[in-house]
Amino acid sequence: MIFVTEVLTNAIRAGTAVGYVSVGEVIGQRSGVINLGAEGSMLAGALTAFALTAWTGNPWYGVMCGGISGALMSLIHAFVVITRNANQLATGLAIMFFGQGITAYFGSSYVNLQISGFEPIALPFLSDIPIIGSIFFHHDILTYLSMLMVPLVWVFLFSTKWGVILRATGERDEVVYAHGKSPNCIRYMAVVVGGFFAGVGGAQLSIAFSHSWMENITQGRGLIGVILVIFASWRPERAMLGAYLFGGSQALIVSLQGRGYNFSSFLLFMIPYILTIVVLVMVERTGWNPMPEALKKVFGRG
Amino acid sequence: MRKRTLFGIIITFLVIAIAYFNNSSSISAGEVKSNMGVGGDAIGFLFVGPRDDYGYNQAAYNGSEAVKEAFPFMKLLRVENVPETAEAERVMEEMIRSGAKVIFPTSYGHLDPALEVAKRHRDVVFLHQGGLKTAENLGTYFSNIFEVIYLSGVAAGKMTKTNKLGFIASFPIPQVLLNINAYTLGVRSVNPDANVIAVFNGSWCDPGKQASAANTLIDQGCDVLTQHQDCTKTIIETAERRGVMSSGYHCDALEIAPEGWITGAYWNWDDLYVNMCDVILNGEFKGSPYDGRFRTGIHEGVAKLARFGKNVPDDVKKLVKEKQKEILDYKFYPFTGPVRDQSGTVRIEPGVVPTVTELETTDYLVEGSIGNIPK
Repeated sequence: MIFVTEVLTNAIRAGTAVGYVSVGEVIGQRSGVINLGAEGSMLAGALTAFALTAWTGNPWYGVMCGGISGALMSLIHAFVVITRNANQLATGLAIMFFGQGITAYFGSSYVNLQISGFEPIALPFLSDIPIIGSIFFHHDILTYLSMLMVPLVWVFLFSTKWGVILRATGERDEVVYAHGKSPNCIRYMAVVVGGFFAGVGGAQLSIAFSHSWMENITQGRGLIGVILVIFASWRPERAMLGAYLFGGSQALIVSLQGRGYNFSSFLLFMIPYILTIVVLVMVERTGWNPMPEALKKVFGRG
Repeated sequence: MRKRTLFGIIITFLVIAIAYFNNSSSISAGEVKSNMGVGGDAIGFLFVGPRDDYGYNQAAYNGSEAVKEAFPFMKLLRVENVPETAEAERVMEEMIRSGAKVIFPTSYGHLDPALEVAKRHRDVVFLHQGGLKTAENLGTYFSNIFEVIYLSGVAAGKMTKTNKLGFIASFPIPQVLLNINAYTLGVRSVNPDANVIAVFNGSWCDPGKQASAANTLIDQGCDVLTQHQDCTKTIIETAERRGVMSSGYHCDALEIAPEGWITGAYWNWDDLYVNMCDVILNGEFKGSPYDGRFRTGIHEGVAKLARFGKNVPDDVKKLVKEKQKEILDYKFYPFTGPVRDQSGTVRIEPGVVPTVTELETTDYLVEGSIGNIPK
């Protein structure tokens, strides 16, 4: 495989799980709630999906239940921060640690199990296109779904009535209230859907990509998904791009090392974070500010 | 409004508390408690990971099973997933309260916590796996495994068709570099055209990174994968699913790769653990070989060659067995000079047989390996 194809193919392989989390988090944050607990949702999704696939032999049950368990984790977050008005960041971190603990506890007997998860499928015709075909069309079904998900979420957010209401909740909830909708109800839905996405991201990691369960398998990928939202300036297509960038930096390291180039792997791992900082600086310097208004009052709530 | 904020904060802390108590090592500490009150002495084992990871921890856990069998009258306290932090101290203190007289902290990073606890409990003997520091009541033991890895490389060098073999390494520490070098020398001894591509992924066990590295290496044309990671299941399974071969490390994992498994190097701690416990429980630790830094290897049967996979032809098996016999009879040593590094510079002069201590300072990769040591 030529260098570019190899890096891009593996960028998609390694980035998809993070992409799910990040796009889900875009939805949640557009409504005005930051959910650092996405890491916990992702872990719950990864373990549930792995366990269900191991029991039933059908990875589709795994994905569904993985998504639901991720949604349940974020439901706790939604209850604590929306209904009980607690600090979003503290609650998110608590959910993250809760997720790490509870999945380590229930997951210990699944470590050595072998599952038959999702295998890569080469799409007919499309996969024969040179370069493009091997980059985009030799993946597992969850990766294809993630590619479909991005335009769907984009259309939802920017071209539907409910998308406008969701974004309005994140910008000026009193307008939504005046319009006759409950901002809190919309936030609940947004956060839970975001958690579902994070759960599916975890499922992609455990039953489609690595086919493994291991304590704390996500290793911070959920948090990276949250960070990428800022990098993506709250747009789903850029969030997915950021996730591929993250996956790409991971793949690039191996590809470069395999060809004997000398460089620091630590530098490559920093690329997404450096870009995030650049975006943050740009936001301050240029007055261009895509951040939903509600996120700015995180600390002042209640 | 104030009250609601306060309530929220209280809930938050409750959730944190629940999360904390759910933490795996606390659960295992509960296991320790359940053993309390049985009476008599105990032997404690700490593992940094789960016992069934087809890796380092599984190998150590298997050893503890042998101890359990050999000393049926002793309580066995085993705690998995102990982080390499002050948490390890807490687990060891708890083991001592439950009557532990011998404690095996089996992970590299358990050494400093063990030294702390050893200071406070002079009557308990600690045996640390792989450490370089010792104390009055703390000895360390380890086994050289590079000779077996060399043999595994010989088999892989014979099996490869693309002449590209992938080695997924963790960090560029001497032990890891030594294993890459041994594998490469083995491959090259039977197949001078082959190269071993070494990549460092900066972690001991991250299935996501492992799958990523394995896929990328296979895309680059590698048809044999091996690794120096703590857990090996993901890499071996990925190789098997994508139809390439694998050489194992830490554990014999033939059953998870029935098609692609070649062979591998694994640990058999059974006899060593049992013997160490025997010596210590007889009160003979002082002055015994285990008091200090004890090193063993292929000759004592601690490092072993795994089973061969079903697709390995007989002539390859025969060749590897012959080499193994030469090593066991001290007729052959993989690192006898000349050994050249990647730039062609001679690192071990012709005819020189380096000592293990010298090898444990390896800071280069040998000729035939592709990859750079990250700085």
